[in-house]
Amino acid sequence: MANTTSGGASAPKPSSSVKLVLLGEAAVGKSSLVLRFVNNDFQENKEPTIGAAFLTQKISLPNRIIKFEIWDTAGQERFASLAPMYYRNAQAALVVYDLTKPTSLIKAKHWVAELQRQASPGIVIALVGNKLDLCADAEGSGDAETAPSEGGGDAETGAEGAAADVEAETQTDTNARKVPKREAKAYAEEESLLFFETSAKTGSNVADVFTAIANSIPESSLKSGRGGGAAGATQAALSGAANRAEEARVNLGERGKDVKDNCAC
Amino acid sequence: MPRLANDGDDHNTQAHSSPSTPQSPETTIERSKLEVPRPPLPPRPTNLSTLRSRPSTSYQEHGSKDGLLSGTTTAVTTTDVNTYTTNDGSRKLHTSIGSRSPSSSTLKRGVIGSPRLSDTGDSSSLRSYVPQLETREEVSSLFGDHITEEDDEGNSRPSQDVFSSQFEADAIDIDFDKEFDSIPEVDEDGNNEELAHSLWRSKSKHFMILSAAGKPIYTRHGSDAVISGYIGIIQTIISFYQSSGTSLRSFSSAGARFVILSQANLFLVAISRILESDSQLRLQLEALYMQILSTLTLPNLTHIFSVRPSSDLRRPLQGTEVLLSSLADSFTRGSPSTLLSALESLKLRKSHRDIINNTLLKSRVDELLYGLIVAGGRLVSVVRPKKHSLHPGDLQLIFNMLFEAEGVKAGGGESWIPLCLPGFNPKGYLYMFVSFLSLKNNNIRQAAAEEEIPKEDAVAIILISANKESFESMRSVKNYLVHELGRSRSLATIQNAIQAGRPLPTDIIPGTVLRHFLFKSKANVQFFMPSFTSYETPRLRRRLLSVYHELHASVHTKHASVKVHHSVSASHAALAWVTPMFELYCVAGPSTGRNALAHSANKVVQWVQKEEERIFLIGGAVF
Repeated sequence: MANTTSGGASAPKPSSSVKLVLLGEAAVGKSSLVLRFVNNDFQENKEPTIGAAFLTQKISLPNRIIKFEIWDTAGQERFASLAPMYYRNAQAALVVYDLTKPTSLIKAKHWVAELQRQASPGIVIALVGNKLDLCADAEGSGDAETAPSEGGGDAETGAEGAAADVEAETQTDTNARKVPKREAKAYAEEESLLFFETSAKTGSNVADVFTAIANSIPESSLKSGRGGGAAGATQAALSGAANRAEEARVNLGERGKDVKDNCAC
Repeated sequence: MPRLANDGDDHNTQAHSSPSTPQSPETTIERSKLEVPRPPLPPRPTNLSTLRSRPSTSYQEHGSKDGLLSGTTTAVTTTDVNTYTTNDGSRKLHTSIGSRSPSSSTLKRGVIGSPRLSDTGDSSSLRSYVPQLETREEVSSLFGDHITEEDDEGNSRPSQDVFSSQFEADAIDIDFDKEFDSIPEVDEDGNNEELAHSLWRSKSKHFMILSAAGKPIYTRHGSDAVISGYIGIIQTIISFYQSSGTSLRSFSSAGARFVILSQANLFLVAISRILESDSQLRLQLEALYMQILSTLTLPNLTHIFSVRPSSDLRRPLQGTEVLLSSLADSFTRGSPSTLLSALESLKLRKSHRDIINNTLLKSRVDELLYGLIVAGGRLVSVVRPKKHSLHPGDLQLIFNMLFEAEGVKAGGGESWIPLCLPGFNPKGYLYMFVSFLSLKNNNIRQAAAEEEIPKEDAVAIILISANKESFESMRSVKNYLVHELGRSRSLATIQNAIQAGRPLPTDIIPGTVLRHFLFKSKANVQFFMPSFTSYETPRLRRRLLSVYHELHASVHTKHASVKVHHSVSASHAALAWVTPMFELYCVAGPSTGRNALAHSANKVVQWVQKEEERIFLIGGAVF
């Protein structure tokens, strides 16, 4: 899981920051994905995120360490106008929908379109269908390729007929899946998105999403080291406390705390 | 600061109160629980014979029984109150209000005896530091009152309670195991409709918000299916009054008090079976309204309804139901902070707080509007511009969001939250940076999300800016603060203060009769209270808070000229004391005499004076 990948932080590999933003409809599980990735934890009935939460987590790739600076945004509509602040200069985006809620995929598509129109041109976007644990075909779906064959009829039918099939299956099978994998995957391929189905609850596929993103970030955009995301704001604040805070970061580092590093450097 | 005069052997009148001592508690003779609204009290009777006719005092001579019933003072509501004298000379007051829990108010003259005698112990020591002897009489008539003992009759109460509901603090018995349970959804066949409705009705307290067009916006209990009927009725009743050009503010029905707060486009309704006054309930509704404004801002709210009066406000408010509910539940459990409209500070040595204040000042960047360090809902330090103070109502919303609701804290990491602080400016958003610190083992670091931080122990750095792009600079300020506060060992100091907890009343005043008290410093808009050790269960705590609500209501009614209020019931003896400087509410055991209570109240005031700079945040870091 995530924690195993963060263990090698002390290795002398080059380290790069990647600004990543999570977008998607309310209650699809964005915060739960982050909580699983950062703390390998899951909370039932988590209360809605207010505004946005900022978290960091490192993962170790064979040749470098990627430090994700994660913006977990609130999904409620009233926060939508703030989203550009978070995806501006982001190198990666996780657009999340709920496998059991077709409207959330529609919302996800809107976010993808907005990102493609307004975010940094090189942004890596992953489309993530969450709540796989609620789907009867969840078994073995850790492998993205095997799931469709196990998914039964719903994955084979087109988008239009799927709903009815799934409906039938729900009654017989307690399968809550409402978005066929094939449909979402086809859309992801069309738009050149990474695609995963995950369960923040069981942890299924969660680390894979972040690893895949880390591997997909072009080397060129990692050169700068620090993700460009916050640079503007930081520079604006360099007078005053910011400088002292840099010093604080260094000192905090020197104390050798093995806790999750809370600084952005 | 004024002290409570407690000398009782003189029967001066109120007119004798020296105008040169405006700080002295303007005590008036008060029966323990009075119906409100009361008319202003007329001048104090000036002779003993009139005093004799007042049933509440213990100055009664033998043979004056007739006088007991011959007249009432204006301070006493005659309704339902009967007094009689038992064979042993003790007097009893009975109310005929049904459904009261048994409680006693045996007024036993013989025990206290004449104030002349009883005062020698307690009050002579008090008198030494009481400068205003002119006020002696009023105080005496107050504290020369009775003590209680177990009532063999079982159902007497000294008087009406404060708002003529049939509930009183002792009778309040919220089933906290069930009060906050959710009500099951009514299924499609309506099979469990009956059950859902009866569960709904079993709740002690409801909050509902509806639009002027009658659309439900929020309800604490029940789903739409359950409440739609009630919403319809409420809207009909409200509109009925509106159509006749008046607005309905409150009414009572079936043992519940209904209070309605009408805003431009919203109606907020509180239904309470708990002992609370209209103004207290209205304050709670205002807090809920402020929470809505905090989410939307006033112009947005107005705009939504001006575009379409029938708008469904639940959509723009989506996700904030938990905030409204945690506010509502804190009101149901009882919130000293809301009752007093004041904040609590973490008790710290002045030198320690100064260091923290200075660190905050040094950390400041231009974008920073307010900076706060808060430990479990208690203020540690505040940095703010000179021209802007912080509105307690705004801070209550913030504390509710951070320390009562779980959303922000449980997410881990740092948060960047747009919110409107209606007390500061209802028209626009501010941006709040929040970071929770974990102080365990003196290992100061950012709290990891998996850690269960008890509510009381959570320490948050809150930095508020008007610039929505200033997250990074706020984060730098936080990093600097964490570093500097760690270096100066201030974080360890804060941690120690949290672990020490609130002191026991007996730590403050050795041997005191007080079980609990609330002290509000009006100038600082802050309050202090000792630990709830004697009131550990939610039910006991709620009863205590209800006593405070009663006391508060009786000294805050519109026409109340009461500055000291003494109340006795089967479970407690209580005292409220209001001056221009402070409000003090004390609760002691049921058999506590007035003198002992007054003595302790004085001691509390003295102690607070001595500790003022530790228990209150005075001034803070102002730039």
